[in-house]
Amino acid sequence: MSNWTRACAVDDIEEEDLIRFDHNGRTYAVYRSPSDEYFCTDGLCTHEQVHLADGLVMDYIIECPMHNGQFDYRTGKAMRSPACVDLRTYPVRVENGQVFVEVE
Amino acid sequence: MTDEAPRFRDYSLTGIDARPGFEPGQWYSSPIPRKRLKQLMRRSDRKGLINNGLWIGLTVVTGCLLVATWGSWWALPAAFVYGIFYGSGADSRWHECGHGTVFKTRWLNNVFYHLASFMSLKNPYLWRWSHTRHHTDTIVVGRDPEIAFPRPPSILGMFTNLLYLRSGLKEFDRMIRLSLGRLTDDEKQYLIESERPPAFWTSRVHLAVHLSVVGVSIWTQSWLPLMLIGLPSFYGSWLHHLLAATQHAGLAEDLPDHRLNSRTVYLNPFFSFIYSNMNYHVEHHMYPMVPFYTLPELHEEIKNDCPPAYSSSIAAYREMIPAMLRQRRDPNHFVRRPLPEQANPTPHYVRPQFVYAT
Repeated sequence: MSNWTRACAVDDIEEEDLIRFDHNGRTYAVYRSPSDEYFCTDGLCTHEQVHLADGLVMDYIIECPMHNGQFDYRTGKAMRSPACVDLRTYPVRVENGQVFVEVE
Repeated sequence: MTDEAPRFRDYSLTGIDARPGFEPGQWYSSPIPRKRLKQLMRRSDRKGLINNGLWIGLTVVTGCLLVATWGSWWALPAAFVYGIFYGSGADSRWHECGHGTVFKTRWLNNVFYHLASFMSLKNPYLWRWSHTRHHTDTIVVGRDPEIAFPRPPSILGMFTNLLYLRSGLKEFDRMIRLSLGRLTDDEKQYLIESERPPAFWTSRVHLAVHLSVVGVSIWTQSWLPLMLIGLPSFYGSWLHHLLAATQHAGLAEDLPDHRLNSRTVYLNPFFSFIYSNMNYHVEHHMYPMVPFYTLPELHEEIKNDCPPAYSSSIAAYREMIPAMLRQRRDPNHFVRRPLPEQANPTPHYVRPQFVYAT
């Protein structure tokens, strides 16, 4: 069953950046790409459960702030060790200046 | 306090002190606005190439000087300078590129990482994972594989290691062992399965190159090839080891606050260049994704929340050596770094207390 939840307003995230979004005891990361698209992944690095919201977004890569594990936040794919397990991604839609995420 | 009998701590990763470390969220971070942190974390290929291009250029030029002066007394100062660029310059660049923060372009980081790893006799795969653990559990006994001075510390070992005699020979032993596909129990703790085959193959390549250089030296009846490749990792890395010894020696163990288990030391521009600004070690550990070229700016941002930086390496050694000598008699002793009045206090953390032998 789909469960679209408002995560933030579009302007809450700077271009090429992300914010943390907590919902129902889970942490998500919502991204705004350089081309003004929005994406969502799990909020913790699959390596050591560090909050990705403190990391750096470069183009379509999110870099874990602790060990530089890297993921493509569009697909969740792990791109650089020590991150070896992909991030889970979630559908996102933008309506009326609000970002909605389809969470569990 | 536990009811264990007094003993020295076990610094191995599989021994009696190999207990859980701290959660990532427990490590203290000095507050810094997100916008400013993002600026500081930005990577620059231009800055990375200027620094590393200068380093490689100076290494090649001084290497050519060594070749040109070989057979005369001028070869001695040439080797001295070449060794510093090769042995000491490579060790810090291995570290920086290992963090992946020097260049914006990933393959540039990888090229310099593998080159500098070879030059400092390190296996790039094994050390990437070892260093990952070092950042997860900095100076946490039984967790951190890179504690350079287990208590009671060896002062003699510290000084003999200025010529890389302790850890350099260990790296050669490791190179041979990994070439044979063997890992120690400690190494198995942090090197994941999928990274083991490339680690083994890289050691084989490193070993083959070093054996080839030995062969060329024998064939040409000259030490020169070995003075250019291999030996500079020993005779030239003294500056790196001299500077790196100040990072954590004599400070607190098992404390998730880098302000209290690491040192920031001011250095002259030449030493900072060779050492890639790793003298800002508190800042590096607190925010490891900040590239070395913006660490001085990060230092300015958070210094009021940190103990005062040391004015020089000599100032750091003045504190370190007496503390280490005392730790030889009393392994419970460590230097308590003073936080400024306006600094945030160290949060209360609980990790099992241990009883040392005295």
